[in-house]
Amino acid sequence: MNITVKFFASLREQIGKSDETVSSDTALSVLHVWQQASGLDSMPENTLCAINMEYVDAQTMVNDNDEVAFFPPVTGG
Amino acid sequence: MINLRDQQFDPLEELNIFQKNLPAGKYGACCNFIGSMRDFNDGNDVSKMTLEYYPGMTEKFLETICDEAKEKWPLLDCLIIHRVGEIDPSDSIVLTAAWSAHRDASFAACRYLIEELKHRAPFWKKENTVNGDRWVSENTPSDQ
Repeated sequence: MNITVKFFASLREQIGKSDETVSSDTALSVLHVWQQASGLDSMPENTLCAINMEYVDAQTMVNDNDEVAFFPPVTGG
Repeated sequence: MINLRDQQFDPLEELNIFQKNLPAGKYGACCNFIGSMRDFNDGNDVSKMTLEYYPGMTEKFLETICDEAKEKWPLLDCLIIHRVGEIDPSDSIVLTAAWSAHRDASFAACRYLIEELKHRAPFWKKENTVNGDRWVSENTPSDQ
């Protein structure tokens, strides 16, 4: 299973990269993807998660070829 | 219609252009919100701002918000234009507008568009101040 991972805004700067690929032979939740892609155990408070551009929570399971994104609270407008 | 712009835009000109393509005589109300960049925030002067977004997801959410507004109110159409990239003070950041036969739907839908955009659409502001660059941590509540 291959997962594309994206980080945005302050999270991108904290982690030091905008893109990552995670490969796994076992089922992964969004939190597991975070841990493997960022190298950190826990997400910063208020981190938002998306799978294939839809908001999800950290316990949601991912599928092969999913795009998982992590970003801070949105501040547009 | 939704549109992201990496250059300055004139919101009043955009409203005129968009409205000319609506069926003449069918709309009786247009409400719009224009958000502009301030040169101050949280007690500091702000000289420039960068707006980051999530290509694909941002456009998708703006489309969703427009579709939801059209489901909730009897609108002829609605428009969202949002800047991305580097922005200078006084530049327009966002335009939301809703056209309807009567004013109630237009007022409510315009408010819905900007509030939902601020709560859900993936944009992030980074301000340039005399103390350095900083990310805006959250939007101000809707009653401010």
